[in-house]
Amino acid sequence: MVSKGAKRRGPLLLLIVVTSLVLAACGGTKVGSSNSAAPTTSTSAKACGTFNLAVNPWVGYEADAAVVAYIAQTKLGCTVVKKNLSEEISWQGFSTGEVDAVLENWGHADLVKKYITDQKVAQDAGPSGNKGVIGWYVPPFLAAAHPDIVDSKNLNKYANLFKTSESGGKGAFLDGDPSYVTNDEALMKNLKLNFKVVYTGSEAALITAFRNGQTQKKPVIGYFYEPQWFLSEVALKHVALPAYTAGCDTDPKKVACDYPPYELNKVVSVKFATSGSPAWNLVKNFSWTNDDQNLVAKYIAQDKMTDDQAAKKWVDANPDKVKAWMAG
Amino acid sequence: MANATLVHEEIIAPRTPKSLLGAKFAVLGVIWLSSALILRGNSTLPLDRSSLTSVHTWLSGLSSAIDRNRNSNPFFVNTIDKIRSSINTFVNLLQDAISQGTATRSVPQIGWLGVVAIIGLVVALWASIRVAILAVAGFITLGLLGLWQESMDTLALTLAAVVLSLLIGIPFGVLAGLFPKFEKLITPVLDFAQVMPTFVYLTPVTLFFLIGPASATIVTLIYSIPPALRITAVAIREVPWSTVEASISMGSTRWQALRKVQLPQAKRTIVVGINQTIMAALSMVTIAALIDAPGLGRVVVQALETLNVGRSFQAGLAIVIMAVVLDRSTTAAAAKVQIATSHKKPVSRRVTRSTKWLGLAITLVAIYLSNVYLWASQFPGAGLLGIKVAAIADSATGWIQLHLVTVTNGLTNIFSYGLINPIQSVLVDAPWYTTAAALVLTGYLLKGTRLAAVVAICIAILLVSGLWSDSMVTLAATLVAALITVVLGIAVGTWVGRSMRVDRILRPILDAGQVMPAFVYLVPFLGLFGATRFTAIMAAVVYASPAAIKLVADGIRSVPESITEAAISAGSNTWQLITKVQLPSARRAIALAINQGLIYVLAMVVVGGLVGAGGLGYLVVAGFAQENLKGKGLAAGVAIVMLGIMIDRITQAVADRRDVHAKTIR
Amino acid sequence: MNSEIDPTISVHGLWKVYGPNPEKIVGSADAFLPRAELREKTGCTVAVRDVSFDVSDGEVFVVMGLSGSGKSTLVRCLTRLVEPTAGEVWLEGEDIRAASTQRLRELRRSRFSMVFQHFGLLPHRRVTDNVAYGLEINGMSKSARYERAMEVISLVGLEGNENNYPSELSGGMQQRVGLARALASDPDVMFFDEPFSALDPLIRRDMQQEVIRLHHEVKKTMVFITHDLAEALKLGDRIAIMRDGALVQVGTPEELVATPADDYVANFVRDFPKSHILTLRWIARDPTSGEDLGGPILAPTVIVRDAARQILEAGRPVRVMDGERLLGVVTADEILSVIAGPHHG
Repeated sequence: MVSKGAKRRGPLLLLIVVTSLVLAACGGTKVGSSNSAAPTTSTSAKACGTFNLAVNPWVGYEADAAVVAYIAQTKLGCTVVKKNLSEEISWQGFSTGEVDAVLENWGHADLVKKYITDQKVAQDAGPSGNKGVIGWYVPPFLAAAHPDIVDSKNLNKYANLFKTSESGGKGAFLDGDPSYVTNDEALMKNLKLNFKVVYTGSEAALITAFRNGQTQKKPVIGYFYEPQWFLSEVALKHVALPAYTAGCDTDPKKVACDYPPYELNKVVSVKFATSGSPAWNLVKNFSWTNDDQNLVAKYIAQDKMTDDQAAKKWVDANPDKVKAWMAG
Repeated sequence: MANATLVHEEIIAPRTPKSLLGAKFAVLGVIWLSSALILRGNSTLPLDRSSLTSVHTWLSGLSSAIDRNRNSNPFFVNTIDKIRSSINTFVNLLQDAISQGTATRSVPQIGWLGVVAIIGLVVALWASIRVAILAVAGFITLGLLGLWQESMDTLALTLAAVVLSLLIGIPFGVLAGLFPKFEKLITPVLDFAQVMPTFVYLTPVTLFFLIGPASATIVTLIYSIPPALRITAVAIREVPWSTVEASISMGSTRWQALRKVQLPQAKRTIVVGINQTIMAALSMVTIAALIDAPGLGRVVVQALETLNVGRSFQAGLAIVIMAVVLDRSTTAAAAKVQIATSHKKPVSRRVTRSTKWLGLAITLVAIYLSNVYLWASQFPGAGLLGIKVAAIADSATGWIQLHLVTVTNGLTNIFSYGLINPIQSVLVDAPWYTTAAALVLTGYLLKGTRLAAVVAICIAILLVSGLWSDSMVTLAATLVAALITVVLGIAVGTWVGRSMRVDRILRPILDAGQVMPAFVYLVPFLGLFGATRFTAIMAAVVYASPAAIKLVADGIRSVPESITEAAISAGSNTWQLITKVQLPSARRAIALAINQGLIYVLAMVVVGGLVGAGGLGYLVVAGFAQENLKGKGLAAGVAIVMLGIMIDRITQAVADRRDVHAKTIR
Repeated sequence: MNSEIDPTISVHGLWKVYGPNPEKIVGSADAFLPRAELREKTGCTVAVRDVSFDVSDGEVFVVMGLSGSGKSTLVRCLTRLVEPTAGEVWLEGEDIRAASTQRLRELRRSRFSMVFQHFGLLPHRRVTDNVAYGLEINGMSKSARYERAMEVISLVGLEGNENNYPSELSGGMQQRVGLARALASDPDVMFFDEPFSALDPLIRRDMQQEVIRLHHEVKKTMVFITHDLAEALKLGDRIAIMRDGALVQVGTPEELVATPADDYVANFVRDFPKSHILTLRWIARDPTSGEDLGGPILAPTVIVRDAARQILEAGRPVRVMDGERLLGVVTADEILSVIAGPHHG
């Protein structure tokens, strides 16, 4: 049983504890008294405000986003909100104001039509400097063992090598992340290749397959692309398809040629482009090479750096490029 | 007095005896199999990966139309957007409090010290001091793992979803408990929400509520309201009618009886419901990372992109810790509610009033400090524990991949060639009408025309979706995964059910298996089994078998001691005891385990699509990612739901039959 | 009818039918089919079949029957805990079936109360709060209802247990709480639905004594449901035997024992020691001519068992006199035939 005294002692006890603990704790750094994550200059913070940056699910993009976000945050005083979204959802974000910028766009004619042409909520912000290559790849050990395998004409000869439990007697050809539009099924048919397209379902699955293929010397062939950090770990060999000519892929059922080279570009919301935010200026000027991106991507993916660490390392090593991006 | 008949005596409707039914199914199976083999390749309704049917185009058009009009349509502007913005406000409020800084403040209002103190106080007051210590230790571990802010984001989202779930679930649950008609009305809706794999409704929800906290909360609600509602209804219904009747006989109004008699007695079970709701919400909040929900789930999803096993394991561990803390706290709170019907002291020492004041004082000081001082606001240290955990996980998976790969490759091949390929080829190559007829007949044999009609409707919708062939691929993988799950469930479940010691050791592992997001173990599994259907099946087995094991174990344990005693005294050996007494007596639990196993496995179908299982899961993921496949993805989602309803209804019917059978022989 | 004034409870042609379209059964030819046949034919079950009886003020009226005979449904129909299908129920001159929900609630709060087989105590409330429940929902202030609760708690002998939770009490004690709760609102009529059948035999006997004592002290009209003949005979001023939903016989204990209406009732009372129930009125015979009419005098209300020794020792016929009137004589023969059974022949 609790005595009445205890009841009355309660508040007193509380008061004593509060004062003593507060007194004891004095002397620590106060929130807001020094810079923690807040911007250094308050004037530019006002000018920039919140910058909503979409981050699409591949590491190359993450590298772009890491560097742009790092600069926007530390040099421009923006509050950067990174949003991890698939491409389609990112574009959807332009119309709702959830997303200000996409830094690496791979074509997407359908989305361009929907959001730039029809809804007029997004606009092109110029090339990112990266050149996209999509195509068929094999691990380097295989290309070394069978030099002629890097031409699609010779693939049927090796189809048996690629047989797996998933490929129903044919050679297995691995397709990756479902976000990418591929012509592979049509290509198999039209090039009369004895391969079955097997959908691995994610980039992670695809990379694991290539990585295990190389380390265990297990033949693998599949769809891949650059720029991509994994290529700096395992230098996959590109398999040549009949050369791409303009319009050879218009009818997806009859396509029998390689994928087109991509000029990767940036897309922003119209609202962002007209906001006068210094972040818009940065995004507009941002442009770098495949090697730049692969390097930062490697920092993140292989060296396990955080985005900010990776970005800082690259930014510190490349002051000229950064300066150019921030100019007028 | 021989003719003093009982009013309550039920006449059990005559049913087909079990052996006869078994024979009928055997005949049905043989006919289906032989016709499938004879007619193989005919009317298999295949559809190319990139081909679309008019239904798919129509669905795409529909979703585009919603997207186009959502800024002008009054329904969206007035209703959907209002809901969206109020949920957003609510979630942001919680995030500002514990996880995120605002425009004017770089850190949340309450820092780690304050949160830890609040958790400790709340758990100590409502549960027990012992669990409070566990909770505080658990939360500090979250900080040590270097995932404090992510954990708080997850906690904020979970709290928001739980509060809303309870606000909706408990009142409706009370209504369902009071009015059987209302319950009948909403049961199919709840079934649907629980059978529908969570990934399936991610896309449709974002269509209406866009990406962000509101969508994340709503997808979570879809998953977490049903347990809250169902358990509340059970809680109200299991209040002894004698007490309600006594209360009415004394002139209580309905409201008085509810408030003074039913709700107080239902409290304990409702707290159990809160526990289930929290666990459901937590598991869904991590999946909602796919639609930009912040928190631990996002860490896992990001780690998947760079195949960062260590990082994803870190986050997975944090999720498990949070789940254990929330589970044990609410379980202990539920136990304490029960104690209030007698003077018996709770197991742990009662908290005296002065201790309560002291706790309150410390908590207030901690909140103040964490609001004002940086050291109490941001968790100190660089998450060294997290780095260590990640390193261990990395090297462990590295070692396993290196040394076990021949074994796992062999296993993959044995299962693929021996089990998956044959089943899949029969299902995929069989003409659709033979399989459809076999399924409808199965329904008819089990429960008559009503179940047959349900199955027929599901099949019709599958056909309309244009994805029959993909559905059969998914069905084949689901059946194999379910088979493994059930075998594991019965074997391990029997083991666990017979020994409390094994139970104590295995239960935390089972709990972890249930709450650990599948993404965490996808990468190691990919390394071990490659991008194959078997990887997907293994992921599903990991996810589904804990539930199956627990159900079987509980079933074994609930076999009355008198029965086992009688069997032992009759000279049964252990094997005979298990096979002839315990398993048959637990057949209802086993049937339920099969049902739950299948539903859980099906819930993982979409994840399977990410690791090479193809089928409907892949199409859902593709529809989520590609504009022109959107309609096809939605159709695939619907097809998964139809498979789920069919599997659920048929296995439920089997479970019910077993129940009736057990009753009649008793 | 036992008294000249209006009966406290009056039931006429009461029916309760479960199943689809229950009204159609009432009064139809089907209503009197055996239960299994009726259910086969219509899907309905008749729980209470055309029951009529009166209970006068202060009387203890026992309804006795086997499980499934409809007696629990009957008592619930009287207070409309179960809605009757047809018939009339009058309580203190008020038509219960016509009462509005509001009025019915008022009646339940003030005029009648019920004691249940499974007690129906609220596990989350202490004894006091269980007893005071009815007063609480009627809006009585806390101090007033606690005061009243303590009165009835001491009336049923529960002093010292008022702060216990029900689960901390034995079954018998729990039912005392049930009794106290029913008494708390000082009702005119108390209904008992097999209140002691869940108790041990010894405790049951104590509780029966308790009810008899309470009846003497508070003089309530009581309707008591039981399946135990001994209990019925012990408590009841009058007993109604129920079978398959209908009343087979209504009468005083002596009437049932002495003149069972049919084999069913006879079967019931056969094994019961008649000498414990029957009074001399029932065994007195007309004196034969030349019989000695100078023996001792006993009143006709004396129970056989109590008179047995005196009559057996009298050595000559004992006269049974109602005042100045000679009702008959009783000899050892009559006593023996009651105790040892009649001569067969």
